[in-house]
Amino acid sequence: MTEPLALYVHWPFCRSKCPYCDFNSHVRDALDEPRFARALIAELAWEAARLGPRPLASIFFGGGTPSLMSPDTVHALIEAATRHFPPLDGLEITLEANPTSVEAARLAGYREAGVNRLSLGVQALDEPALRFLGRQHSADDARAALEQARALFPRLSFDLIYARPGQTLAEWRAELERALAIAADHLSLYQLTIEPGTTFEAQYRAGRFTLPDEEEAAALYDLTVERAAASGLAAYEVSNFAQPGAESRHNLAYWTYGDYAGIGPGAHGRLSLGERLVATRRHRAPEPWAERVERAGHGSTEEETLSPRTRAREMLLMGLRLAGGVDLARLARRTELAFEACVDPVILRAALDEGYLVLEAERLSATAAGRRRLDALLPRLLV
Amino acid sequence: MTDTPLARIRNFSIIAHIDHGKSTLADRLIQACGALTDREMTNQVLDNMELERERGITIKAQTVRLAYRAKDGQTYALNLMDTPGHVDFAYEVSRSLAACEGSLLVVDASQGVEAQTLANVYQAIDANHEIVPVLNKIDLPAADPERVKAQIEDVIGLPADDAVMISAKTGLNIEGVLEALVTRLPPPTGDASAPLKALIVDSWYDAYLGVVILIRVKDGRIRKAQKIRMMARSSTHIVEQVGLFTPKMVAVDDLGPGEMGYLTAAIKTVADIAIGDTITDDRSPAAEPLPGFKPSVPVVWCGLYPTDADDFEKLRDSLAKLRLNDASFHYEAETSAALGFGFRCGFLGMLHLEIIQERLSREFDLDLIATAPSVVYRLHKTNGETIELHNPADMPDPSQIDRMEEPWIKATILVPDDYLGGVLTLCNARRGEQIDLTYVGNRAMAVYRLPLNEVVFDFYDRLKSISRGYASFDYQMDGYAESDLVRISILVNADPVDALSFIAHRSVAENRGRAICAKLKELIPRQLFKIAIQAAIGSRIIARETLGALSKDVTAKCYGGDITRKRKLLEKQKEGKKRMRQFGKVEIPQSAFLAALKMDA
Repeated sequence: MTEPLALYVHWPFCRSKCPYCDFNSHVRDALDEPRFARALIAELAWEAARLGPRPLASIFFGGGTPSLMSPDTVHALIEAATRHFPPLDGLEITLEANPTSVEAARLAGYREAGVNRLSLGVQALDEPALRFLGRQHSADDARAALEQARALFPRLSFDLIYARPGQTLAEWRAELERALAIAADHLSLYQLTIEPGTTFEAQYRAGRFTLPDEEEAAALYDLTVERAAASGLAAYEVSNFAQPGAESRHNLAYWTYGDYAGIGPGAHGRLSLGERLVATRRHRAPEPWAERVERAGHGSTEEETLSPRTRAREMLLMGLRLAGGVDLARLARRTELAFEACVDPVILRAALDEGYLVLEAERLSATAAGRRRLDALLPRLLV
Repeated sequence: MTDTPLARIRNFSIIAHIDHGKSTLADRLIQACGALTDREMTNQVLDNMELERERGITIKAQTVRLAYRAKDGQTYALNLMDTPGHVDFAYEVSRSLAACEGSLLVVDASQGVEAQTLANVYQAIDANHEIVPVLNKIDLPAADPERVKAQIEDVIGLPADDAVMISAKTGLNIEGVLEALVTRLPPPTGDASAPLKALIVDSWYDAYLGVVILIRVKDGRIRKAQKIRMMARSSTHIVEQVGLFTPKMVAVDDLGPGEMGYLTAAIKTVADIAIGDTITDDRSPAAEPLPGFKPSVPVVWCGLYPTDADDFEKLRDSLAKLRLNDASFHYEAETSAALGFGFRCGFLGMLHLEIIQERLSREFDLDLIATAPSVVYRLHKTNGETIELHNPADMPDPSQIDRMEEPWIKATILVPDDYLGGVLTLCNARRGEQIDLTYVGNRAMAVYRLPLNEVVFDFYDRLKSISRGYASFDYQMDGYAESDLVRISILVNADPVDALSFIAHRSVAENRGRAICAKLKELIPRQLFKIAIQAAIGSRIIARETLGALSKDVTAKCYGGDITRKRKLLEKQKEGKKRMRQFGKVEIPQSAFLAALKMDA
């Protein structure tokens, strides 16, 4: 059975580096956009040559800041992708954008280029919080961009970061209610986490700020799930909330362990190639990546064929993030391992008894209580 | 060079409380006699393990032969036999003392006499030593030599008028010490023409030389290529080398009466040697051996387990290597459900235990868990059988136990008056029986009978903290007495954690069980599932704590680019779990075990 394809395109550039962000993003004074556009298109062609005409389910422009790309570049990439891969009905094309006024001015252009879903990096609706998070937009910018995007795009999501230093339950409730009031069909609500190598990590280690403790974080999370649900946005994934049917098709490909091709610096992929499932990875640094593409047609570094055990771990660790959980028949197909061979029976039993997991209708899923503790559950559960 | 007449040999040891300056004095004596050049001289020569390895100087026997030109114009051979200062090594002290005719009693001129000083000085008196009191640190403003002299006379009963006043640190009056050794200590006695009699004082393993035996020659001469006989063991060996410590090992042709030195004879392990045995000539043996020593017996036992199960073989090899050099320490393999494969090890005391553990970690790079130390109980079964028990796991069902006895000690504690109340409370809480309470100047001397098992359980640390470090403590074994003892088991989610079970007197069992449960609750990180921590005597639960489940632990963002990293992290965490001990669905980190085992009652 041919897996449909999800295509991820990484644009690695940002105007400035946010202190919490550990993504592969780079700040450049001057940027040769046409060169990187050509390289992305070339790498797409290289990937298409080995994949063949797989049906294309989604395209996702991520970054970095893909809204620093011109609409023409976006158009050229969409055109190339749909030329190589026959689009499925309802092909979802998402672009991440920052809500600064400059980028907002391009939104219409992205829509004309074919983007049908916009994900805005709002992050906070509170000025001091936006400054703390190192964002270059204001809360008013965010509201203006949201309003504009709503008029342009059939589907719209935005991101917020909560559980910020000193943020009380009441403060977050108020901010969340404002967000829900202006939300369209989808929200990504992330608890702030301190990632290695970020500015925040250094500051956090130096004791410059503290984060909510585990109990407070749990209360914030429960509140988020409850308020979002009350507004009609169900937590279909740990940090993602959508109206029924408005879930991100592209991201669901990750969580259901589908095939996805990743092009651009540092992009990852999981591709069925013959009988194998291959993990792909691109060179991280933008310029050396482009040079490799220019020289060899692709910027791929090592590619790893994943063992059944590895596949099972990856599929379960992603799938259990979803409210819908993991389809066990698909698990067996995708990993060549029976479900029973993938989990520790003692921990499975205990987690079922404790109400962390549910096993029914040939699906294993984590309950809300289980998803909230997933990082503690997985290393014990998965063999 | 070893035909020094007996009249010009002095054999002595130094008795001192820790920190009273024994090592510094030894250094000064070595320096004053020019045994080491200034370049070779580092502080505390005899205590320096690095130096031992680098230059073939040993700390195990800690002996050195000094050449001193005295005021009478003669050159004397002064053999210094250093003694460990701690109660665990009372046995080794007695060995060292038996090889000497006299002792320097070093007392800090501001601190005064301490408990360890007392214990060791009584041993020296028992060994018929001539004792020269030395007051050290007299340059300190707090020094009060007259008071300390009076103390020596009152408490020990030694005349102290002629005490030598020194400062080892500044080198003040080191000459006075050397002169006192020559003029006040008796020379050794012995007959060079009599059949050989040499006392085995100590032995250790050297990677190049094999077993090195430290000896004190009493009669006759011992020389290279001589065929010798160990009188108790009846084994014979050909001497490969005899020599002296200067403190470097220097080979000589022979050793005569009164001398201390070493011999090697292609002996593989120290277990082949009996400390206290008498060496004689195989062809013309002595009729009677010298008085020997009782063999040392372990009084404290505990389990030692590698934190990483893969290190078991390495631990076995390391223990074997340590045993090459320390026959007083015992080990046998054992298995624990909680801790896996390890060894039950016996020690002379708590310090000995700590030293061995420290050496295993430092010299052999082993990460270990030690179970709660246990004393050796005497258990009389209903079938008339008597067993010695030092592992709670081996305790039979109560129905098979007629009665149990536990070992007691006689402890001497010297403490400034201000802290006496706290110390007495501690001793009473540990089931102590007061035997004597007297005053030594402004300090109290409390003599207590205490069950040893109350002392191995963190007593020393408590004593130090109650007295802000001012109390000094020493003990000697004082027989067995019948006792109402029970085994307390610790259960995690109803599974017994064998490594945490312990034997205690019924009167303290409940408190201790409660304390351990409370401590474990603090130490075990919250987990996916809630955990019940219980203490039980038999099937009766005496304490219970519940540790709630953790409430949130989940990665906020996890997309296509994160899978590999996330999976690798998960694999690393799974690897990390190997260092945890699994109890059904619960894991206890090593650190929690360690801390619980170390905890105070």
